[in-house]
Amino acid sequence: MIAVDANNVQKTYAGPRSTLALDNVSLEIPQGRFVSILGPSGCGKSTFLRCIAGLEQITSGSLQVQGSEVQGPPDNIGMVFQRDALLDWRTVEKNIMLPIEFKKKPEADARVAMKKLLKLTGLSEFGDRYPRELSGGMRQRAAICRALIDSPELLLMDEPFGALDALTRDQMNVELQRVWMEVRNTVVFVTHGISEAVYLADKVVIFSPRPGRIVEIMDINLPRPRKLSVRETPEFGAYTSHIRDLFSSMGLIDEHESDALTESSW
Amino acid sequence: MKSVFLSRRLLTGIASFLVLMAAWEVSIKAFGIRPIMLPAPSSILAEFRTDSSWYLGNAWYTLLTTLAGFALSVIFGVLIAVLLVSVKWFENTVYPLIVSFNSVPKVAIAPLFVVWLGTGPEPKIAISFLIAVFAIIVDAVHGLRSVPADVMDLGRVLKGSRWDFFFKVRLPCALPSILTGMKVSISLALVGAIVGEFVASQRGLGYIILSAQGSFDTPRVFAALFLLGGMGMALFTMLEWIERRVTHWRHIA
Repeated sequence: MIAVDANNVQKTYAGPRSTLALDNVSLEIPQGRFVSILGPSGCGKSTFLRCIAGLEQITSGSLQVQGSEVQGPPDNIGMVFQRDALLDWRTVEKNIMLPIEFKKKPEADARVAMKKLLKLTGLSEFGDRYPRELSGGMRQRAAICRALIDSPELLLMDEPFGALDALTRDQMNVELQRVWMEVRNTVVFVTHGISEAVYLADKVVIFSPRPGRIVEIMDINLPRPRKLSVRETPEFGAYTSHIRDLFSSMGLIDEHESDALTESSW
Repeated sequence: MKSVFLSRRLLTGIASFLVLMAAWEVSIKAFGIRPIMLPAPSSILAEFRTDSSWYLGNAWYTLLTTLAGFALSVIFGVLIAVLLVSVKWFENTVYPLIVSFNSVPKVAIAPLFVVWLGTGPEPKIAISFLIAVFAIIVDAVHGLRSVPADVMDLGRVLKGSRWDFFFKVRLPCALPSILTGMKVSISLALVGAIVGEFVASQRGLGYIILSAQGSFDTPRVFAALFLLGGMGMALFTMLEWIERRVTHWRHIA
């Protein structure tokens, strides 16, 4: 079964100067895979994700989710946003239950699932807290729980850890992998962090700068569960240096100018 | 902790009020100002004591008018705001009318309401409502439009009903703004009630002020003004209290 099937997807933003955001994107994501979409800021990778989510319409080509053409948000997807999008006036538990309320599903079963998710993400003791009482990392964990509460077949994540500090980000990567190994659904994870993309994914899809084109699709063959220290292994290094070479050849990394730029794109 | 803070605020408030009253009292005596120009606080208090139940009865009447005008302005203000943000043509056609109507001084049209609605409480409530409602509309529109883009997207992905999205996301999101509007509008509702009583009334604090001023009974004017000030402060404090209760999640760390 193919979870996401994109064929020559094109996306143009109309306007006085119409811009091409996605150019000829073709990609097949099989069920149950973790796929990272990696590219520089503004390359259209988030636009691609939003097209899959049915939040934006593609201009031409075909885009199918679970076998049917995307027209508005597909059923049974979960989405995690860069800023957690939690509702401040609801406790963590009530935030997580929001999709259940919206979809009018039985709450008793969902509460069991919620407790399990809270435990899995280490939030068990924070269920009755309000988002403002939590750290950025905890908030994003709650948002992940919310996206998973209705056991979606497809989980879309739009730079979910982009606003977190480096240490928290590492921690979240480890936890996301653990959660995903429990859930084993299809994940499309958009990021501009090279190391994060490789660490998490079965497949890394590399986008060029705008207009977004797929430059390369890399299979990541590293055994799971992966420890953070996997990032120091030569195999991991081979993947990341290859990606960095690609970015270099696209003029995105210039080592003569500053090393800081390379660091920040991690 | 919080109650200590509140009572300290109350104490400093009372203290500064007493200091002001003392300074006022002393200056009246020192400069020999005649009561008809500006009465001393002691004579205002004495005036109030001559018939405190009459004063309180009239204050009660004004309070009811104010609350009625305020309640109407909250109900209709929020309803109008909801229509403005959710129905495109309503925004295009009605919003400019509301803005231009708000520029007309309500005091100037107050006499018309007596013609239309008589001399009972209705015209006072209507004027109070008209003066107070605009603040609610403006803040409620602002609040309803302040739903973050991410949260709007979340709503679309979850595919809930419009009804659910409105009551579970949009309205709670707008609530802090609506409460801000309510704090402004409660004072305006009080102003409106007084304006209404100025135009035609045999009751209320506005009536006392107008009739006492006609007979140069300045202490009586001031007694009514003090009641009015106290009432405004009490109403505002009540709303602040409600605000803290309803949006308690905003005041966490």
